Amino acid sequence: MSESAIEHRFGRYGGQYVPETLMAALAELEQAWVAARADVAYRSELDGLLKEFVGRPTPLYRARRLSQQLLRPVYLKREDLNHTGSHKLNNALGQALLAKRMGKRRVIAETGAGQHGVATATACALLDLQCVVYMGSEDTRRQRPNVQRMELLGATVKPVQAGACTLKEATSAAIRDWVENVGSTHYIIGSVVGPAPYPALVRDLQSVIGVEARQQILEREGRLPARVIACVGGGSNAMGIFNAFLGDEDVQLIGVEAGGEGTDTPRHGAPLTVGGRAGVLHGSLSAIMQDEEGQIIEAHSISAGLDYPGTGPQHAFLRDSGRARYVAVTDRQALDAFRAVTRLEGIIPALETAHALAWTLAQSDGELDLVCLSGRGDKDLAEVLALT
Amino acid sequence: MSDTVTSASPRIATAFERAHSESRGALMPYLMGGYPTLERSLEIGRAYAQVGADIIELGVPYSDPLADGAVIHEAATEALAAGASVSGVLELARALSPSVPVVLMCYANVVFAPGVEAFVERLAHTGAAGLIVPDLPLEEATQTLAACDAHGIALVPLIAPTTPPERLAAIGARARGFLYTVSVVGTTGERSALPERFTELVAKAKAATDVPVAIGFGISTPEDVRAAVRAGADGVIVGTRLVRAAGDSADSAAAVAEVLSELKSGLGTDR
Ligand SMILES: Cc1ncc(COP(=O)(O)O)c(C=O)c1O
Repeated sequence: MSESAIEHRFGRYGGQYVPETLMAALAELEQAWVAARADVAYRSELDGLLKEFVGRPTPLYRARRLSQQLLRPVYLKREDLNHTGSHKLNNALGQALLAKRMGKRRVIAETGAGQHGVATATACALLDLQCVVYMGSEDTRRQRPNVQRMELLGATVKPVQAGACTLKEATSAAIRDWVENVGSTHYIIGSVVGPAPYPALVRDLQSVIGVEARQQILEREGRLPARVIACVGGGSNAMGIFNAFLGDEDVQLIGVEAGGEGTDTPRHGAPLTVGGRAGVLHGSLSAIMQDEEGQIIEAHSISAGLDYPGTGPQHAFLRDSGRARYVAVTDRQALDAFRAVTRLEGIIPALETAHALAWTLAQSDGELDLVCLSGRGDKDLAEVLALT
Repeated sequence: MSDTVTSASPRIATAFERAHSESRGALMPYLMGGYPTLERSLEIGRAYAQVGADIIELGVPYSDPLADGAVIHEAATEALAAGASVSGVLELARALSPSVPVVLMCYANVVFAPGVEAFVERLAHTGAAGLIVPDLPLEEATQTLAACDAHGIALVPLIAPTTPPERLAAIGARARGFLYTVSVVGTTGERSALPERFTELVAKAKAATDVPVAIGFGISTPEDVRAAVRAGADGVIVGTRLVRAAGDSADSAAAVAEVLSELKSGLGTDR
């Protein structure tokens, strides 16, 4: 990783729109990250844990029957095979180690699908840190197994009852907790969102996905993929896999958002796809869902991890610059892909990931696709079986 | 006081000067616009003025108020559900401004939505005196400050107990109207036993700026008010305690008037 300063802005997006109380902590975090990422001891501890505890590098799998059906090679970057079942642990572990370096004994996190909460609870168990996870009460219902996992791991799960009781409110509650307890607490944000330095910090920690995948596909195919496809909630698995390909101009980058009940309805989670005026949510300026007066609109998605009215500022920048393209997939299409991929490949994907797979399945053109299989879908079984 | 500071906010400066000449701190109650309803919040604002508020801090209810604790967050949610809008709250500002200087408290995205310039111009047309944006720290405030200065609106910055000395100086130098000193590490809300730190906080704030220093967050009893004034604060902001009173009673205006009168007794002349 480079030692250049951490980006506060991506074009006009990003920034630090937070209460003054947090400004000193953000500066402290930025300094700590600049020091840690250049520190051999930190790197080797993290790399060692990624290898032995998380199970990296994750495999790149040439999806057999999917490729046959689509008449083109489709590769899956198997982040579902990480310990805890998603890409989220890459970030949670890196930040938990950082918290330890900063002398913070208490960690808080927000979670939607519960995957980031489980990853954070896991890292905190490993590193003996106190852990509190905020989760919307609608999500504690629909992602029940993950609540139980977090509690077994020793974390305190605080259900949040406000607004739509989903990820937006969980994030707001976590930020308020941080404002109260900023001296003792590190906030492990779960995606490439939030005030600087978080979007860059989380991207740095997730970029291992793309670094591995790029090398693996070159080894396997002797060429780069035509497209790299990932689902986008806040956008961390997408930034993680995109980052290594940003300089490869012939590689298309496709971010798949939650189309919910359709982007022609208000019930979706696709601010990048729909466009419109940028706005501030959870500390940064980015693509968000808002009304004319600037009130945030509740998102909707069948997938708790994509059920969020904001998105990472670097994605808004990549969209505007034309480097990446953002599309949306509906609840129904995602559910169909969830079932199809499970049957075809023997891999049960997370509902979030099913959005990226649904878009890929729907393309009749193309030559070589690389899809980020961000997580496994065990957590979603009850929800999916009830709906189909 | 420098020229910019006074010219940006003559009414705010006058309000503090009057309180000062009466040897007391300025009384600065917070009003959640549109809570419980728009009409009743206007009655509450009038009650504030009658009890002797020197400045009213008028809150725009917001969907995602990160600097606020549960009471104000819930009041905002209720206000929005009752149909509160930015235009409605700006009408409150217009109605109250003739009797008392109004400082609007509003989250950044609401300011950005119509465009900073357009928002500040609209605000200025209501006769409001100032603007507080709790999620717009110094680094992000350049454009908003320029627009406010151009329209005679005081952009009031906040400092917190966690603000390091160099930042404090930079914020104090750009303060207009007054310097909003957050008394606690935390969100808005009532809490017990916090006045011990007031003296140190106010002294640091005063050393960093030429404008008056007001202290707020967590102040809920006459004793808190007294401690703030004794610590040297030029003004005392009370929020959650009053919002709670407004919500607890069917006659919100009478309820807040009673609480505010009590709090006023702490402003004292014994500084
Ligand atoms: C498996 C999986 N993929 C994707 C996401 C969406 O997050 P992001 O867009 O940050 O990758 C989540 C979030 O919960 C998830 O659990």
